[in-house]
Amino acid sequence: MKRRRAVVLVRAAVLAGSILVLEACCRTGIIDPLTVIPPSAMFASMIDRIGSGELNESVFSTFSTILLAFTLAIGCGTLAGAMIHRSTRLRDVVDPLLASYYSVPTFIFYPLLVALLGLGKAPLVVLGVLSATPAVVISTLSGFDGVAPVLLKLARVHHLGPARTLWWIVLPAALPRLFTGLKLALSYALIGVIAGEFILSGTGLGYDISFAYQSFDNRAMYGTMLFVLLVAVIANGFLYSWEGRLARRRSRG
Amino acid sequence: MSGLSLESARASPASRRRIRAFDTVVLILSMLALWQAVGSWTSGVAIAPPWQTLVYLLGLVRTWMFWDHAAATLIAFVMAFLLSTLIGLALGLILGMRSFAGEVAEPLLAGFYTIPKVTLYPVVLLIFGLGLSAKVAFGVMHGLVPITLFTLGAVRNLSPVLIRTAKVLHLSPGRTLRWILVPACMPDIVNGLRIGFSLSLLGVLIGEMFSSQRGLGFLLVNGMAQHNVPLSTAIVTVIVVVAIAANTLMLRLGRRTAPRSVH
Repeated sequence: MKRRRAVVLVRAAVLAGSILVLEACCRTGIIDPLTVIPPSAMFASMIDRIGSGELNESVFSTFSTILLAFTLAIGCGTLAGAMIHRSTRLRDVVDPLLASYYSVPTFIFYPLLVALLGLGKAPLVVLGVLSATPAVVISTLSGFDGVAPVLLKLARVHHLGPARTLWWIVLPAALPRLFTGLKLALSYALIGVIAGEFILSGTGLGYDISFAYQSFDNRAMYGTMLFVLLVAVIANGFLYSWEGRLARRRSRG
Repeated sequence: MSGLSLESARASPASRRRIRAFDTVVLILSMLALWQAVGSWTSGVAIAPPWQTLVYLLGLVRTWMFWDHAAATLIAFVMAFLLSTLIGLALGLILGMRSFAGEVAEPLLAGFYTIPKVTLYPVVLLIFGLGLSAKVAFGVMHGLVPITLFTLGAVRNLSPVLIRTAKVLHLSPGRTLRWILVPACMPDIVNGLRIGFSLSLLGVLIGEMFSSQRGLGFLLVNGMAQHNVPLSTAIVTVIVVVAIAANTLMLRLGRRTAPRSVH
């Protein structure tokens, strides 16, 4: 316990130290302010931009897109995973596909999606779904694989139908793995949507950053960037700790 | 339950393999059919149909322009991957052996792994300027962390028996590394390298797509901007095929380095 606290303290110190060093370098001119602005200025710019409501529209647009992609990915992924799990034959074919899916940089499809669906939200949603769904499929499969045979026997003994077996036995038993899929899906959907906005789009936080960069507005760029990164870190950290709590509760029995 | 799964579970391994080969062919054909359908449905404004793409691609690889861009991407990627590998292996080894430092660093690295790093690309551009070094740096930003994390995990989860064996045999640090550490950690390291490979490729390509005058990523975006649909479809095809081939190769390699028997 003592060691764990020491680890957390050192980690916080490392983070704080690097921010301070960056701040000092920027203030003393070792780092050109045209390249990187001091962290305090980034933070002030972020607060300004949130306070003035400049970001509201982009925040709404980006997060509604991410949420839509995330929901679709969870739905499609779990459904596809459950279906693939039932058929060995399908599984044999799909497994190699899943194994190499993430080696393909999904973003390269984005220009094609834009040409196909126009420059609205649709290509962003599709890009988010494309990057997030396979993670859900993979974790659904591994979750269902991990269900102890004895539990399935139990379901048979109690004459549960397929739907009830799924709801009462398989899903709860597979929950930790499913949760991992959920966590990955959020992070992939976030990355997919923001990267899409960044490369080629007219709205959203990713576009704001790229627009600020192209108009040499460093203050706005770093403010928005810090906001996006903080939101991503907080969202991931939240899911991470939730996952840890879930695992601890399970190990307690 | 579907009858199919029972049937193939009961079938002999040889016939199961034959069924799998057949199904794989069906899968590939249906993907081509889908590609064709999307291509002709949009009458070629977004995606060129497979045959047209292939013909275009065959013409494209004969041009000097294509190889110029491909070489630009390849150089940036090779440099990014090599740097990620060298730094990642060293960092993972150190953090894995020093458990306190490892515990401090791991969540920081994992946190960096999950953030949308694209948003940081302007910073990279401001620091390195337009050109090769920015692409390489961005590739390293993507590829370094998974290699470090996998190496760290492999070294940390090393069975203490192996370390004790090395001590008993009075192996020098160099020999311990050569005969104990590397073989024991190899499967995880290959896995990390595989992920690092795809991610540094991703980093380099995103860099090219966002702002660059050379490389396949630039060619892809440029093709789209000039409504040269066959060009962008051909580039996407090339990247997909190369990425999948490299990944499959490394998966095989990973399986070969996996321990043959566990005592």
